Amino acid sequence: MKKYVLKRILISLVTLLVILLVLFLLLQFMPGSPFNDEKLTEAQIALLNAKYGLDKPVIIQFFNYVTSMLQGDLGVSYNISKNTPIVQLLQTRLPTSVRIGGQAVVLGAIIGLVLGVVAALKHNSVIDTLCTVVSVLGASVPSYVFALFLAYTCGFQLGWFPQLFQVNHPYISSVLPSVALSMFTIASIARFTRSEMLEVLDSDYLLLAASKGLSERALIMRHTLRNALIPIITVLAPLIVSLMTGSLVVEKIFAIPGIGSLMVQAIQSNDHSVTIALAFVYSAMYVFIMLIVDILYGIIDPRIRLAKEDSHE
Amino acid sequence: MNKKQKAAAAAAAALAAQREAESTENFEWRDDDFELCGISSIKADTNFQSQSFWRDAFGRFRKNRGAVFAIFCIIFIIIMAIIGPMVTDYTYFGQILAQQNLSPRVPVLENLGILNGDQALRTTTGTIIQNGYFDKGFEDVYYWFGSDTLGRDIWTRTWTGTRISLYIALVAVICDMVIGMSYGLISGYFGGKVDTLMQRIAEIANSIPTLVIVTLLLIVLKPGLQTITLALILTGWIGMSRIARAQMLKLKEQEFVLASRTLGAGSNRIIFREILPNIISQLITNTMFSIPNAIFTEAFLSFVGLGVPTPMCSLGSLISDAYKVFTIYPYQIIPPVIVLVLLMMCFNMLGDGLRDALDPKMKQM
Repeated sequence: MKKYVLKRILISLVTLLVILLVLFLLLQFMPGSPFNDEKLTEAQIALLNAKYGLDKPVIIQFFNYVTSMLQGDLGVSYNISKNTPIVQLLQTRLPTSVRIGGQAVVLGAIIGLVLGVVAALKHNSVIDTLCTVVSVLGASVPSYVFALFLAYTCGFQLGWFPQLFQVNHPYISSVLPSVALSMFTIASIARFTRSEMLEVLDSDYLLLAASKGLSERALIMRHTLRNALIPIITVLAPLIVSLMTGSLVVEKIFAIPGIGSLMVQAIQSNDHSVTIALAFVYSAMYVFIMLIVDILYGIIDPRIRLAKEDSHE
Repeated sequence: MNKKQKAAAAAAAALAAQREAESTENFEWRDDDFELCGISSIKADTNFQSQSFWRDAFGRFRKNRGAVFAIFCIIFIIIMAIIGPMVTDYTYFGQILAQQNLSPRVPVLENLGILNGDQALRTTTGTIIQNGYFDKGFEDVYYWFGSDTLGRDIWTRTWTGTRISLYIALVAVICDMVIGMSYGLISGYFGGKVDTLMQRIAEIANSIPTLVIVTLLLIVLKPGLQTITLALILTGWIGMSRIARAQMLKLKEQEFVLASRTLGAGSNRIIFREILPNIISQLITNTMFSIPNAIFTEAFLSFVGLGVPTPMCSLGSLISDAYKVFTIYPYQIIPPVIVLVLLMMCFNMLGDGLRDALDPKMKQM
């Protein structure tokens, strides 16, 4: 187990390093300059380059970059808000994005699980059909279409919720974006739960458990759901990250001051350091969550751990 | 005695023959004249013509109503994308500035009171019904889906944008089938160091969120259709390669592969002629599911403003444009949204149908 965990951590670190290298190289190839001011003379630009370490060789720049990134110093914003450390920019925005994304994940996971379990238990019933319809719709309709629809109906026409995010009412105004974001999660979780449950319900060990005289409640909670949950974790993990990263458009529609809107702003105003820093934050979150899932997976299901150890050797 | 008896027997035989002839003449055999005695539940065997795998799959596919609907819907959208922009006199880039924000108006339907160019404007004093065509004096002008804020025909633009999405779908298929499939098959087949190296590369490529790769690429290169294509190619193959590899690992130890190798087949032949036909159905199914992903990525990029440059349009950029005024002119956002959602839904349903048809063991789930 220890060997497995260590190996996963090592792979994650290497991955992060490679990501940093890719991001850094991309940064080098980007057009435009952060010091794009006609009033600056050659000497002043050279001074600025020296101040930010942009005059050193590329390799040294890369090492400086990696060490500072790993120390949590993501650099300084050039354009969006002059000379503000990016960490400071993130401090206000990251919690908002994570909260809305988290609400969406929790909402989506709960509704999806319940829908999937009920659909599997009442196979080929009305609820089952409903579950299929919901999962096809949720997987096909992009979240921003849901967002627009909700903003128009519940926000604009009915006026139940604010159409745009209001900083002084952070909870009531996060309802619509969370619901819009959770649709895809509901769809995929419901779909996977249903097929996993059906597979487990059909298995020999459940027949054995039932023939031993276990109550239906114990059967479902202890045997069926528990075994069905394992693959669901792997589905949920990338969803968590994609909800926090994929919410760019939904953040734009509801004017939420989160990292998604910061990313768009950074791209549009050529603020390379912010774009790169955010890309790093996204990737780091992704790698971290995938690492946790891999380890969790190894704890829950020893067969996977053994199989993975085999395949790596 | 002999003569008498013979005569009697001949008469009896003649009578019997006559009766028989009468009875078969007047009698028609029915299906239920005979039945198996004793066991009534036994069924007679029916002989089926042996069917190839694909014929069998086609039969199963045809029974799936959702999938058949999806395929007709996709064909309809493809036809509309081809002829849609041709049937009007408008172009996707032509602007008539005097004719901005006109509601949909269709020649015959307008007499029925729907799609006649009326639009409701919500003001502080209440809702007013306006008709832009008559107010501005364009009685002979028809915009089937309305016109946008820059005076362009939404019908033409929607179907032009659909072309982009269909092109993206094509790119996704080619990328999946060429890059993803080969990568996974090669990695799985050779195993060992090759596999480890290739899997590390795929793992790292997969650890960078697609969005990050795509956005960074679009900043480095010039935004445009080629860049989006490149971005999709760079990110699209990973999921497919995993499935191809897993399938390859499952099959490569089987006897038929060993037999083929014993007969002297090379790697190339084993991978593409022996194993590939056995796993192609899973790969096709997976491709169908990666199409909506690619379409969504393109629509998303266009929505953020990293998509095709103006005046070109895609469904995403149309939604993005219309979203800015969608509380005032909601009709502008409806056509691109409906086409986009239909397209994604149909490819999903098609994928479901194909999976059920090609892999009947999975159908119970």
